[in-house]
Amino acid sequence: MYDKEKLEQIKQDNSDYEADWEKSVEKLAAKGKKGERKDKFVTGSGASVNQLYTPLDIDVDYRSEIGFPGQYPYTRGVQPNMYRGRFWTMRQYAGFSSAEESNARYKYLLEQGQTGLSVAFDLPTQIGYDSDHPMSEGEVGKVGVAIDSLADMEILFNGIPLDKVSTSMTINAPASVLLAYYIAVGEKQGVTPDKLNGTIQNDILKEYSARGTYIFPPTPSMRLITDIFDFCARNVPNWNTISISGYHIREAGSTASQEVAFTLADGIAYVNAAINAGLDVDTFAGRLSFFFNAHNDLLEEVAKFRAARRIWAKLMKERFSAKNERSMMLRFHTQTGGSTLTAQQPDNNIVRVAIQTLAAVLGGTQSLHTNSKDEALALPAEDSVRIALRTQQIVAYESGVTETVDPLAGSYYVEALTKRIEDEAWTYINKIDELGGAVKAIEQGYIQKEIQDAAYEYQKEVESGKRVVVGMNKFQIKETQPKGLLRVDPSVGILQAKKLTEMKSKRDGNAVQAALDELKSAAKGNDNMMPIMLKAAQVYCTEGEICGVLREIFGEYTPIQVL
Amino acid sequence: MTERKIRVLVAKPGLDGHDRGAKVIARAFRDAGFEVIYTGLRQTPEQIVAVSIQEDVDVVAISLLSGAHGTLMPKVVNLLREKGADDKLIIGGGVIPDDDIPALKEAGIAEIFTPGTPTSVPIEFIKANVRQ
Repeated sequence: MYDKEKLEQIKQDNSDYEADWEKSVEKLAAKGKKGERKDKFVTGSGASVNQLYTPLDIDVDYRSEIGFPGQYPYTRGVQPNMYRGRFWTMRQYAGFSSAEESNARYKYLLEQGQTGLSVAFDLPTQIGYDSDHPMSEGEVGKVGVAIDSLADMEILFNGIPLDKVSTSMTINAPASVLLAYYIAVGEKQGVTPDKLNGTIQNDILKEYSARGTYIFPPTPSMRLITDIFDFCARNVPNWNTISISGYHIREAGSTASQEVAFTLADGIAYVNAAINAGLDVDTFAGRLSFFFNAHNDLLEEVAKFRAARRIWAKLMKERFSAKNERSMMLRFHTQTGGSTLTAQQPDNNIVRVAIQTLAAVLGGTQSLHTNSKDEALALPAEDSVRIALRTQQIVAYESGVTETVDPLAGSYYVEALTKRIEDEAWTYINKIDELGGAVKAIEQGYIQKEIQDAAYEYQKEVESGKRVVVGMNKFQIKETQPKGLLRVDPSVGILQAKKLTEMKSKRDGNAVQAALDELKSAAKGNDNMMPIMLKAAQVYCTEGEICGVLREIFGEYTPIQVL
Repeated sequence: MTERKIRVLVAKPGLDGHDRGAKVIARAFRDAGFEVIYTGLRQTPEQIVAVSIQEDVDVVAISLLSGAHGTLMPKVVNLLREKGADDKLIIGGGVIPDDDIPALKEAGIAEIFTPGTPTSVPIEFIKANVRQ
């Protein structure tokens, strides 16, 4: 970025600075003192950090590597004016207990100024079991809302016009079923599919490598995903058909560079699968979206988001020959880092979340969920969720960082970090290519092992005190857990099972059977399964029934155990 | 004469996919000299009990972050009792509110370890309380 002559001068100045500093260190050492408070300085992900960054560390071409926002390679953001146009979507992930209770929480959040919905489903729903299935015992309504059929979905969105909100649904293995329910609810409200806005997570690969709510083996799972790409391109054009997620990879213990690399490697696998299914890259790539974590190392996280955008743009343009600009833009949702929250002195988590919010915003996120202070203890109570939402609003309206685009660009450190994360991620992406792609790398346990090694390393650093977690391994106090933690009514499982039985007695049994039979033959063949999913949803087939048919035809995934 | 190593089953009951903690603790147990078996995800209490008997483990360490601890942890204990295998030390860990802990201990879980606990704490607890 600087001319040769100037760089030479800076180089000279830099060696003078380093020599001077060494002398001071020697002087201190002679007095038996240390010039620095620790031996090694590292980022939140453990990468070493220099004492100083200068123009010598930004060895990238501005025009080709950094450029302008809204332009390739999108390092500075996907829109030309970013938050001067509008803020990110403030989207709190919520859902628990019954559809009725969750519906009330959504209405509360919308009243508080939230601008989009994000649905958390309970584990039975995420794994394709109805509430009365033996595997659902103890889990109904616990980590999210229980949805067994269209009947529950109608209650969940009661009084919420689907043409006015955008809805993100954290659903993966059975994503097509829940999308079908959503489309069916829209139709009942008189909203046609082309008016629906939202996202399904629909990212099975990170379920295998990090999150754990898989059902089917990779091959039929990839088919379900590409069926959705194709169906939505034709019928639900504003829908984000996938949210390729690094969030859970990071939560499972990965470093920032691994989060980028493993997420984009999954992205490559989806693009390849869709191309192999006969889709043209520019028909679906513009609807791919991403989901990242935001941890505490503010500048490393900002660099991570910038690096991810740059790599994805290059991949789409160079590897997949995308022509449409939108296909090259990495648009992403961010959630603050759940694993960074401490159960000790939970009020401190408000401060962590504020730093992470800044990271996401300075990194150019399109939407954001901020965690609540009590989430290391339980699901968040209403007043903690409000503080978390207010944190976003304070950053948006008061911090000033939203007044200009990508304000940290050009920082010697941030640009150097962006480049380092990009380089490290490319090394991993190349390695995964060599293994035959993300699916193969997961089947061999390679990605899982890399994540676990990083997680264990982190744990050892915390336990040795090398890494300080305020209130947990330093600055502890004697304390008792706060009162008023949210509790899910234990009777929700019984009530939900009762509702399910009632619903089944009222629906048209013949229509249900016909839809399930049709689904079975569709699963055996090659046609797009989405239209028949929708038919099954409309006649109130339950999620467990639909996934049961698919389990029968596709089988279930058996993970490799890596320790 | 070499002593028999302490054998630990790290178990994930229910549908919970959060296994970072289970895997970290499994490695820490191994580094502490225990023999460790990890069940993998989505095990029923029946499967966990069957494996713990078949593998003749001394300790069953149950990890649960989904909020289903009140149902699933006591179920493992009861099934072990039914099989006459309740001489095993049963411990639990995860996102478990303090208020829930007395009932779990009452049900037969020897100790519950919550977020932020160093791995050395359950390791020392096992060494002090295991019946071999």
